[in-house]
Amino acid sequence: MDLDVATPHGRARVYVYTGGKPFDATRPAIVFLHGALHDHGVWTLLARWAAHHGLAVLAPDLPGHGRSQGPALDTIEALAGWVLALLDAAGVEKTVLVGHSMGSLIALETAARAPARVRALLMLATAYPMAVSPALLDTARDDPYRAIDMVNAYSHASIGAKPSFPGPGMWLHGSNRTLMRRVQDGYAAGNLFTIDFEVCNRYVGGLEAASRVTCPVQLVLGARDQMTAPRQAAALADALHAKITTLPAGHSLMTEAPDAVLDVLRAVAA
Amino acid sequence: MPGPSDPGFDTLAVHAGATPDPATGARAVPLHLSTAFVFESSDHAASLFNMERSGHVYSRISNPTNAVFEERMAALEAGAGAIATASGQAALHLAIATLAGAGSHVVSSAALYGGSHNLLHYTLARFGIATTFVQPRDLDAWRAAIRPETKLLFGETLGNPGLDVLDVPAVATLAHEHDLPLLVDSTFTTPWLMRPFEHGADLLYHSATKFLSGHGTVVGGVLVDSGRFDWIAAHGRTGRFAELATPYDGFHGMVFGEESSVGGFLLRARREGLRDFGACMSPHTAWLLLQGLETLPLRMARHVENTRKVVAFLASHPMVAKVAYPELESHPDHALAKRLLPRGAGAVFSFDLAGSRSQGRAFIEALKLFSHLANVGDCRSLVIHPASTTHFRMNDAALAQAGIGPGTIRLSIGLEDADDLIEDLKRALSSAKKAA
Repeated sequence: MDLDVATPHGRARVYVYTGGKPFDATRPAIVFLHGALHDHGVWTLLARWAAHHGLAVLAPDLPGHGRSQGPALDTIEALAGWVLALLDAAGVEKTVLVGHSMGSLIALETAARAPARVRALLMLATAYPMAVSPALLDTARDDPYRAIDMVNAYSHASIGAKPSFPGPGMWLHGSNRTLMRRVQDGYAAGNLFTIDFEVCNRYVGGLEAASRVTCPVQLVLGARDQMTAPRQAAALADALHAKITTLPAGHSLMTEAPDAVLDVLRAVAA
Repeated sequence: MPGPSDPGFDTLAVHAGATPDPATGARAVPLHLSTAFVFESSDHAASLFNMERSGHVYSRISNPTNAVFEERMAALEAGAGAIATASGQAALHLAIATLAGAGSHVVSSAALYGGSHNLLHYTLARFGIATTFVQPRDLDAWRAAIRPETKLLFGETLGNPGLDVLDVPAVATLAHEHDLPLLVDSTFTTPWLMRPFEHGADLLYHSATKFLSGHGTVVGGVLVDSGRFDWIAAHGRTGRFAELATPYDGFHGMVFGEESSVGGFLLRARREGLRDFGACMSPHTAWLLLQGLETLPLRMARHVENTRKVVAFLASHPMVAKVAYPELESHPDHALAKRLLPRGAGAVFSFDLAGSRSQGRAFIEALKLFSHLANVGDCRSLVIHPASTTHFRMNDAALAQAGIGPGTIRLSIGLEDADDLIEDLKRALSSAKKAA
């Protein structure tokens, strides 16, 4: 569905995937926030499970990503404000927040800004600080496709993860590379790779935000994650008093280990 | 900045889509000859059926061995995913049937395998899907043939049997200008010779029976999606792709293009096309194809090396009127082949005997190493007379449009010693001369 959502640059149309069922604001809500150069499609299985098990699902394309209007927002704080505006537009008072990578920081900052509106926080493949190497950012400025290839290789622990995503027969490296290129090419107002990765790189409020979070927090980390290694989440996990589940997968947890992530989600959303 | 990338082609040919089996430790890909797969619980079953979980239910829809083959093919083609099918023809049908229905239209190159021509010209027409055939080099004809109800453009990377080289970048650009996808048959080129997605194609398929297998032991096909075509956006502008952009009553009102930006086409093709048409691949076939793929780079290099030697021999023989091989300067697509097929123009080509039909028969019957049969891409060298076999249902006009004459002979060059192949051809040409 499409929503009209306030942003620092005015109101903009947002595409929201609702998990294959019409959105019903009277049900308990769950919001899925994707990471850099992704869109709602990274949540298909989890969102469909949630929507068909009594939850009202909002899996938006972030501003400037996929089918949502731009401009892209360039700080975690601005994106957190946008999430709260999205909840207002959808008529959601309180929700579970799920975020992957950059989306996990957006979820964290949102939970810190409006603790009363967040029932639980599930952070996938997270780290704080989420530093991005200057070399990768330099590459992205000159050759975004090359930078995408690097991120793609770093994000997958295997070239044969099963049962694949969203179903058998999908080549995870290829589908992720294609998605990142499509999202990058779909943003005409600038280099979205640079915008997204700078958003992660510049965020300095993580521990302060963690001190304001009041809901239960669960982290899911990939033991073989080369983008956000588990050790890089240790301080944040301590600050959040979070439960941690570590899976034998890489950064792309929802596609490399969809069943294991669903098992955690079921417990968090219960 | 140097950094990691996906593994190279040869590595992907051996490893993509597979890891050691977690249950047994088996290093080679296990052959899962199981019709169905046990549910852990009723909830698990419902989740699989409703696409809340990924996994296998029934081998018509998916199978663990087939999935490795599908992923490996997607990897080799730099695509997003793939579906294994019962044959190359099943893959072509699946591609078209996923996008088109009664009242739809296809624009196709006229330089096609006879079976594909039959499907488009006769059989799909019976179901209300019309096709306009155009000469592959005539971009104006491609453009002029597009109608509001056109769903896709289609051609073979190397047309059968004249080896017309499809100008994939130009036809893809034209297709995209009209919000249409380009589907190509890559059977003759394999991903080792050309990766059409890197030239702009959106969908491709193979008769895996041929070079992907390489051993002449199976019949199979595979449909690969680049994941690049934006079905939702194109539908918004043209209204052409309701199958992927609007709710489908046959699968819980699913809007496939919304479920996955890059996988919507394959989701519908699998969950409707394999489910309902049922032209799935046997896991045994997939397993045999995986054995073939592991040596694809090695075999294709040898196929091309042998072909070049045979082509050079035939091109200088007085009994040969014409050799149609794009690496020859005489071929109309020579320059295009140099650009799109730098590793070689494949191992299937045709030539015209300078003689009568009876001399043609004498030639074929005198061959000892070349097998006279209807196939290509085998490790064994093959020969056939298209006008009386693969293309026999086409009338003279259609034959001429496809570049086939009454004396055209098609060869598929195998992996034998090139000197032995040339000796066999030399002897057969001598027999043909005596039969005058």
